[in-house]
Amino acid sequence: MPAGNQRNRQFALAVADFTAAVGFWPLWTRLGWNDILYRYRRSTLGPFWSTVNIAITVIALGLVYSQIFKLPVAQLMPHVCAGLIAWGFISSVMLDAGSLFSGSESYIRQIRLPYLLYVCRFVFGKVALVAHDLPIYFILLLYFQIWPGAVALCAIPGLVLLVINAAFASLTIGMASARFRDIPRILASLVQILFLVTPIIWTPDLLGPQSYLAQANPFFHLIEIVRAPLLGVLPSALTLWVTLAITVVNGLVAGCFFLRFRGRIAYWI
Amino acid sequence: MTRQPDASAIVSLDRVRISFPIYQGGSRSLKKRMLFRGSAGRIGRDAGDQIVIEALREVSVSLGAGDRVALIGANGAGKTTLLRAIAGIYEPVQGEVVTRGRISPMFDLNVGIDGDLSGFDNIHLRALLLGLTPSEIERRMPEIVEFTELGDHLEMPVRTYSAGMILRLSFAVATCFEPEILLMDEWILAGDAQFMAKAETRVSRFVERATVVVLASHNLDLCSRWCNTGIWLDRGSIREIGPIDQVIRQYQTFVSKGGAR
Repeated sequence: MPAGNQRNRQFALAVADFTAAVGFWPLWTRLGWNDILYRYRRSTLGPFWSTVNIAITVIALGLVYSQIFKLPVAQLMPHVCAGLIAWGFISSVMLDAGSLFSGSESYIRQIRLPYLLYVCRFVFGKVALVAHDLPIYFILLLYFQIWPGAVALCAIPGLVLLVINAAFASLTIGMASARFRDIPRILASLVQILFLVTPIIWTPDLLGPQSYLAQANPFFHLIEIVRAPLLGVLPSALTLWVTLAITVVNGLVAGCFFLRFRGRIAYWI
Repeated sequence: MTRQPDASAIVSLDRVRISFPIYQGGSRSLKKRMLFRGSAGRIGRDAGDQIVIEALREVSVSLGAGDRVALIGANGAGKTTLLRAIAGIYEPVQGEVVTRGRISPMFDLNVGIDGDLSGFDNIHLRALLLGLTPSEIERRMPEIVEFTELGDHLEMPVRTYSAGMILRLSFAVATCFEPEILLMDEWILAGDAQFMAKAETRVSRFVERATVVVLASHNLDLCSRWCNTGIWLDRGSIREIGPIDQVIRQYQTFVSKGGAR
């Protein structure tokens, strides 16, 4: 078969995988939701444990670090809260995407389902979990009597961009980790470092003249695209462009990976 | 049954080759791979030594409506791999698999069973997994429930079920709809005798309704009862293909001679 033909066929198969995966939405929403329930099964609070976890972190870090940085609690705590919610999503995608395909081995080997279905299931579960964290943000707004204004609605497109990036990244990470089993470990160390070097519990202006250290960090922009509107500020043009650029690169990498190696996933797991 | 792919074929395989790379510790590690690349093979040499198992070699077959095929052969001959290749689980390294119609794989009935969910929820989940829409599931639910004979147990989490009860449940879902291409592995032979008697009537009805059936089994008696065509697989290639009785006879003669090669 000529190479061009082969490429067209691979492309058609990848597109078919995508449309089939979308059509399976009753299945992946259910599986994604079951994943959450499974994780918190038979605990009284269920998925709201994630909420409690973030709430305690936000209060503790907000109180202590506002003293260290000499910032008002009313300023730092909402900042930490919005940042942690966004970071919680990003980091859990990076940490758990490694088992996206290898963890679904029993399914993949027994039944032909579109591969992107597993990506949808994964991302849906993560989004549903983030939704449980949002109440803390609203409680903080009430407590500190802050009103971010209509700008806060800009967080929605920001969140959509984050979700799209999560889908692309989890596909790439999931495939790469199915083949090379040490990738999840590398990511685990990376996530830990990123949490400290990215302005989540601290603000970029604390860097003073060295604020480029934050601006050069792509994860700062990914967080800022959601956090800034939640705090009543429009994200900067730089943040918007960097996020869009990340999305494009992320999409290209995931797309190429999927086109090239889709058929190999079953052999890798 | 012809070897040439034709328009009426529902399942057709054209010179399909499937080989499994064996990822031994070393080649699975990115670090070793990098070391290997960087040092031109001096360090971490094992990363390059990739063993490949040829599971199917140049398998060409074309099945049309009404074909009931039994795959026979020794363990490791490639029966399960062939089934999974038809199911689209393994994409061939070389060659092509073309199928038309809904594929009903019955390999592992326990896939997707979640022990903490109730019987009802599991029926729902499994049916979604098999590609049924929520409204179809709603419609077939009474029939499924009736066949499982589990009654009030369906309200309980599946982890409280015995293995036999789980089998009934997944079996009922797996056989509740019209199959087109039915692929079955030898799990059929497992399970308690009483249930199997009932299951067999249901499976044979299921088999009758299917357009194409491919069954991999060591049970030659079952093969000759349900199938009209036999494919004898030997170390990844088709050794014999033809009417079931003839292929079984040849296979039995071969086995009784001690499988001399």
